[in-house]
Amino acid sequence: MKLNTAAAPHFRTKDSTRKVMSDVLIALTPAVIASTWIFGLRALYIMLLSMISAEVLDLIIVKYIRNKKNYKPDLSASVTGLLLGMNLSMAVTWYQILIGVLVAIVIGKHVYGGLGQNIFNPALVGRVFMIISFPTAMTTWVKPFYYQNISNTISLKSIDAYTGASALGIAGSEGFQNSLSQYSYWDMFIGKIPGSIGEVSALFLIIGFLFLALKGRIKLTVPLTYIGTVLIFSGIFYTINPEKYGTPLFHILAGGLILGALFMATDMVTSPMTKKGQFVYGLGMGIITMVIRYFGSYPEGVSFSILIMNALVPLIDIWAKPRIFGTSKKEVAK
Amino acid sequence: MGFLTFRGGVHPSEKKEMSQDQEIKVLKLPDTVYMYTSNHLGAPAKPIVEVGEKVKTGQKIAEASGFISANLHSPLTGEIVSIEKMVNAASGRKDDVIVIKKTSEDDWQLLPHNDDFTKFTSEEIINNIKEAGIVGLGGAMFPSHVKLMIPKGKKAETLIINAAECEPYITIDERMMLEKTDEIIKGIEILLYASGIEKAYIGIEENKSKAIKTMIEKTNGKNIEIKTLKTKYPQGAEKQLINAITSKEVPSGGLPIDIGVIVFNVSTTYAIYDAIINGKPLVERGASLTGEGVKKPGNFLYRIGTKVNELLENVGLIDEENIDRILYGGPMMGIPLPNIELPTFKGNNAITVLTKDILPKREDFPCIRCSSCVSVCPIGLQPYLLKKYSDTRNYDTALENGLMDCIECGSCSFICPSNIELAKSFKTAKKVVRAMKQRRG
Ligand code: SF4
Ligand code: SF4
Repeated sequence: MKLNTAAAPHFRTKDSTRKVMSDVLIALTPAVIASTWIFGLRALYIMLLSMISAEVLDLIIVKYIRNKKNYKPDLSASVTGLLLGMNLSMAVTWYQILIGVLVAIVIGKHVYGGLGQNIFNPALVGRVFMIISFPTAMTTWVKPFYYQNISNTISLKSIDAYTGASALGIAGSEGFQNSLSQYSYWDMFIGKIPGSIGEVSALFLIIGFLFLALKGRIKLTVPLTYIGTVLIFSGIFYTINPEKYGTPLFHILAGGLILGALFMATDMVTSPMTKKGQFVYGLGMGIITMVIRYFGSYPEGVSFSILIMNALVPLIDIWAKPRIFGTSKKEVAK
Repeated sequence: MGFLTFRGGVHPSEKKEMSQDQEIKVLKLPDTVYMYTSNHLGAPAKPIVEVGEKVKTGQKIAEASGFISANLHSPLTGEIVSIEKMVNAASGRKDDVIVIKKTSEDDWQLLPHNDDFTKFTSEEIINNIKEAGIVGLGGAMFPSHVKLMIPKGKKAETLIINAAECEPYITIDERMMLEKTDEIIKGIEILLYASGIEKAYIGIEENKSKAIKTMIEKTNGKNIEIKTLKTKYPQGAEKQLINAITSKEVPSGGLPIDIGVIVFNVSTTYAIYDAIINGKPLVERGASLTGEGVKKPGNFLYRIGTKVNELLENVGLIDEENIDRILYGGPMMGIPLPNIELPTFKGNNAITVLTKDILPKREDFPCIRCSSCVSVCPIGLQPYLLKKYSDTRNYDTALENGLMDCIECGSCSFICPSNIELAKSFKTAKKVVRAMKQRRG
């Protein structure tokens, strides 16, 4: 009898990293469907192109540059690609998408050593690069259901007639009351507003998120503290000057906060390891997001706040390490 | 209902139903037994018999050779046929083994004993436990008398009986509690008497409701209290058990006695009863022979030193092709056997035979910082980080981050979606660190 002498424990969880990643993809599906419904097939095309090219590029890099010949995809690149696609505007072209994917996968991920080693959320690295490189395309938002009025929905030739400012954009330039007069909270909640393809429908993002949360796949403290901080921070400013700063609900629903807090900030690789650390991380992102929105020249702050806090995670992890059993809190501190 | 527990931990499938209802059967005597002189934690015992010598059942054949060491007795009435080296699967070393061949049915050589244990002084009881070669039967094999010798300046205040039995498959402690209830309770009373402690607690996981009920009924009116624990692995780890029952934490690097606690496993308590009341040294014990790889899982009383293949004949193995591994113990901390013809130890509370189909092939991935290992570690370590330090031989940093506090429970490896061998690394790293310390003196 040939006996296996592999090390204990001999039982292992049935989970795998690939399952974790595919669950994230499943969780994003309701929002993908909603976005396609709101923005048309071109939205689906952008998201799929981004997702598939990211996975292919990742495969090529791991197989032929890192030389892991029998590598089987772990699907993390698909998650990155899909999230990047969801963070784009309808006006980007195919080569802009590919450049964004290249930056996300190569600079966001592989220069650090690949899966698990990167400090910054790769999708956001790609996105921020695109914002800087293609500012016009990246901030041209089409109106929901524009495609009902134009024949060619894939090429977007006549897009100009159907663009509109995002809710946060209007709030930034014309005040938040103007924004609210154009889009109701309900519109924002189900996603009938101009904005990044995948960020607009809070409802469907939350549905997918609940699936992940029920499966225990998410660092729950992160979105709760992030959104909670935005709520409290904007609540304070709203109390000071309701005309100028906008309601807390507006800030939660109007921009990329829901997508960012539920699916980008919670990226396992780039968020802290302990509840305590995740709390500080969420708090930091909440504050930075609101500071940018109120005082920055750019209407949205989610991407930047996540990237800034990503940079602090190694420090947060050191500070927030758990107390070792049988040691007093003081001893751990020194 | 809020059951007692500790922080962290995991929930492997329990698999207790396979052998839970099987009454303990006494196995017929083996023809030959193989007694490791390292049949306990600490220094190996020194043989005091020679090849060719006749021995009785219960006769001392090797003597404890240090403070942490234990006597060894013959499980058979027979003849010493050889003293040879055999692989010790637990350490991977080759250890001395005393081989005894049976020549007749049991002719016992007993220790001084008395139905009324109060006829002994507490020193006498501790000494008898030492003479009987009793070690922790939960698996750790720490000499029992050492636990009862309270160091100067320390005081024993709480006695805890460990009946958590949190490893999957294993049911022997549960069966012992159902079938040897009075003996175990008497064993606890002996321990209370010998240690001068007022009150004992028995910690049992909630999934053993029959044992809990029986124990509660039979201890009524005695200073023994049953504590129901949440079913969670590693609930039976000494530090976690103490924490669940007393809310106290054994200091890092310390022993339970540092916070006034001593812990004995239920089967050890039975062995202590058997030694003090019946005068029997530790030569037999109960074990579950179980797992999907055996035909008729069950619980058995066997002579220590019986070879694993002979034990398993009593339950029958399934198709050999489908057997993946055979373990001393359960699937969480069990030691895999390199071959089936190795002898059993005092600490073998189970032999678990696992099949290929219940152990699906798993793929390795890099760490994705999912933090699962951090949240399940009952000690509050950061396994993903310790692994990095251990792999890069950055032992100083690993030590600063609590390497030596790791109880090797394997919860982290169990939960890791990337199939990273965390616990294995820590086991190795701890060995290396100990060896380096020894060399430095
Ligand atoms: S690090 Fe050690 S104590 Fe913590 S879960 Fe892993 S094996 Fe158990
Ligand atoms: S459980 Fe595995 S993948 Fe998750 S953080 Fe720990 S080592 Fe990394």
